[in-house]
Amino acid sequence: MSAATRPEAGGSTAGLDAHLVVDRGGFRLDLRLRVEPGETVALLGPNGAGKTTALRALAGLEALSGGHLVLNGEALDRPRSRTGRMRAARGGSQIDGAADRRGVRWTPPEERRIGVVFQDYLLFPHLTAIDNVAFGPRRRGLGRAEARVLAAAWLDRVGLGDFGKRRPKQLSGGQAQRVALARALATEPALLLLDEPLAALDARTRLDTRAELHRHLTGHTGPAIVVTHDPVDALMLADRLVVIEDGRAVQEGDAESVTARPRTDYIARLVGLNLYRGKAEGHQVVLDRGTHGATPAGTATDGDASAGAAPAAEHQDVGAPDGPVVLVASDPLEGPAFAAFPPSAVALYPERPEGSPRNTWRSTVSGVHRHGDNLRVQLDGPLKAAADVTPAAAAQLRLEPGRRVWATVKASEIRTYPA
Amino acid sequence: MSTAAARITAALARTASRLPLAAALITPRRSRGAASTRARRCAATRPLAAAVALATALLALTACAPDAEEDADNTVTVFAAASLTKAFTLIADQFEEEHPRAGIVLNFGGSSTLATQITEGAPGDVFAAADETTMAGVVDAGAAADPETFARNQLVIAVPEGNPEGITGLHDLVGLLVAVCAEEVPCGAAARTAIEASGASITPSTYEPDVKATLAKLAINQVDAALVYRTDAMAAHGAVDAVEFPESDSAVNAYPIALLDEATSPNLAAEFIAHVQSDAGQAVLEAEGFQRP
Amino acid sequence: MSTGNALSAKRVRRRRVPAALLAPAVIGLAFLILPLAGLLARAPWTELPARLAEPEMLAALRLSLLTATAATALSLLFGVPIAWLLARGEFPGRSVLRALVTVPLVLPPVVGGVALLLVFGRNGIVGSWLYERFDITIPFSTTAVVLAMTFVSMPFLVVSVEGALRGADLRFEEAAATLGAGRWTVFTHVTLPMVAPGVLAGAVLCWARALGEFGATITFAGNFPGRTQTMPLAVYLALQSDLEAAIVLSLILLAVSVIVLASLRERWTAAP
Repeated sequence: MSAATRPEAGGSTAGLDAHLVVDRGGFRLDLRLRVEPGETVALLGPNGAGKTTALRALAGLEALSGGHLVLNGEALDRPRSRTGRMRAARGGSQIDGAADRRGVRWTPPEERRIGVVFQDYLLFPHLTAIDNVAFGPRRRGLGRAEARVLAAAWLDRVGLGDFGKRRPKQLSGGQAQRVALARALATEPALLLLDEPLAALDARTRLDTRAELHRHLTGHTGPAIVVTHDPVDALMLADRLVVIEDGRAVQEGDAESVTARPRTDYIARLVGLNLYRGKAEGHQVVLDRGTHGATPAGTATDGDASAGAAPAAEHQDVGAPDGPVVLVASDPLEGPAFAAFPPSAVALYPERPEGSPRNTWRSTVSGVHRHGDNLRVQLDGPLKAAADVTPAAAAQLRLEPGRRVWATVKASEIRTYPA
Repeated sequence: MSTAAARITAALARTASRLPLAAALITPRRSRGAASTRARRCAATRPLAAAVALATALLALTACAPDAEEDADNTVTVFAAASLTKAFTLIADQFEEEHPRAGIVLNFGGSSTLATQITEGAPGDVFAAADETTMAGVVDAGAAADPETFARNQLVIAVPEGNPEGITGLHDLVGLLVAVCAEEVPCGAAARTAIEASGASITPSTYEPDVKATLAKLAINQVDAALVYRTDAMAAHGAVDAVEFPESDSAVNAYPIALLDEATSPNLAAEFIAHVQSDAGQAVLEAEGFQRP
Repeated sequence: MSTGNALSAKRVRRRRVPAALLAPAVIGLAFLILPLAGLLARAPWTELPARLAEPEMLAALRLSLLTATAATALSLLFGVPIAWLLARGEFPGRSVLRALVTVPLVLPPVVGGVALLLVFGRNGIVGSWLYERFDITIPFSTTAVVLAMTFVSMPFLVVSVEGALRGADLRFEEAAATLGAGRWTVFTHVTLPMVAPGVLAGAVLCWARALGEFGATITFAGNFPGRTQTMPLAVYLALQSDLEAAIVLSLILLAVSVIVLASLRERWTAAP
């Protein structure tokens, strides 16, 4: 515990202060994280973005190559230097490679007081539910009987007081998730980490468990981090979102700001917005050539956004032959900007509407999908976009791939913000 | 592989199939038996020779007789006790010189093992055992008749070269590490008789399954002395010294030889038995340490 | 090892076994079982009670069970750490070490016995030191029997446990670490229980091999009734004079080992 008990000079603030740098053959995670006590932060990002690597580095299952990790003022991981040459030059170190990367301050996971709820829960199959929960308290020095009493109390708190004698195999997915949560919380961790806590559950169980999990996260007094690729989980569970892509944070903020003002295609698809990048000149936004924006494909709210968004991810270069595409918004802005509007703001017409809104363009229908009660229409043309129409309207317009329509968006529906 | 060797292998396999556990136990003995089976065919002898232990390597050099006949009727298969290995190999050479058209196939092994093989139907013409009890078992089983004693063998105390402990008799063995044969085998029965006759309170360290194993314990220096046959001590060529002791007279082993009922060439086999008992044959046996009957 | 629920068992039963598998399986089973049937057919059943009452027989049986169990315990004590080293350790020459560990599997047991004598015999490197320092001689003792058995049977345990360790999910060990378990606790409380089936299978193989051990034992430990004469040695010597007695002894050994192994299976592998 020597490293853990030594207070970090000049940084004895509560909560988590981390700059996670992990270099691993072609992939580099470089993420700054600050989480206050009692705050829950969601790490949101697509597969392979580095979410799990960040979580493993925090838990001590993977060592940092650089940066630092300070929890409640204690340095848990602080490589002395990022370059191996400098470490070697410090002399006296007979270890090299992976061992040395741990540097002078590295606290092993068992001494970190960090509770982790793993993606598949990883309940020990040879132990009963109560012994799984008692495992942590036992390691922290409690006697067998004391630990069991504590474990029973925790099982009660997650609503599984009667399931203590069951083995993990005899638990449903939701029950196993709650046992895993109880197991992590029973150690009274200074930092709580949850890796895709709801991903393995079916839709119905997920709803209940999510609410339950939210209650426990609210009750947790230390910082908590939820890793997820599901925006709904992130929005529901976390106070703050950190969106990571390719090992870097691309957007950060509370649920409202992130959903209202997405800054990447990925997050735009997740929250179901058409997003474009350009240059604002007053009420006009001149869109960058080649960026026709991200269009939410149709399933953004049911958890698996990436699959439905696949067609929109292809940036086909359909630059307008007659110059740059310009959007008109009600709020004036200057400089590099994002412009975003929801699919429901798009109206479709068979002919060019008269006296119409400011933004009108000709499009070709490239796809139609069910989306809730409506249909989501993918539009190709100078401005790629998604539009939501009622089934009745779709029938009336005879919407099918290849059909040419006019699309309009009111200026007041277009939100612009600095890029 | 020669037909004779194949027959022996088949016989062993048959025994083994009846005794799965015993088959595993026999393995060392079986390999030794196969290795010292002196087939009179070069093709069979050569590959076998590669696997032969030092003791039989010499014999393999003389194993190829150019006048060997393919005719099975001219082949005599002899099952002989392991202690007869060298003597019978020489006697077989003599016999084949006198009978150019004849071939002798020798199968050496522990007397008891050979007896089991014979009573279980292994094909052979002659059985030469190291003790009368074993032969009596084969006779009782109806596999042989009218055994005759052709040699005697006596126990000696085998000690390391130079006799470092200065052993002169059985009484000197008290308190030393001694290896003897197990009482189930003839040399063990003889050792017990001799020790009882001496009245010495000898507690052997181990009761080995056969005389070669007993001598081996001395050869690798794990015991101070071993009670073995004089022939075996002499065959060790100076690596061990043999100390004679008077009580061995009370435990002399008689070696009986008999024609087997299943013999395929009984006339030639009878001639071989006669040759063993002739002066020429007896001279070879004496040179190896045996005594005349 | 779990046979699943009754439903799936029924479904499996309904599925037809391909003839290409069935035929060799039946032939193989016949090859394994017929010799046993031969033993049973040949056994002089009337002699059985008398044999069972013989003190030497009982001594040999007791010694066999005792030494085989001791050898298994030794193999567990040393073999499991070896297996861990081979499965998890990262050091140069690991594959060479793995090959060396399995040498006793291919070495003729008699040679193994000689090799043990060369080390632990009274002129051996270790043996002579033990003798001069502590007046201990290992050959011809029950200790020697246990050592010989351990030598030939430990590789079975090591190979089995190493396989189990390689198949184990490391993430459970990581989970244990985040719960505050140090490396040793992780090993004893998570790794070991999770590879328990593999350890048990290895121990059973190890015990069975030790029970049938002959070559290394007779070479290294000799044959002394009550002290080093195990059942296989007794069987071998009985074979010298009395085939039927040997068969009876073999059957007793067989019956005892089958009973022990079968009851062990029921008891230990019925768990989830």
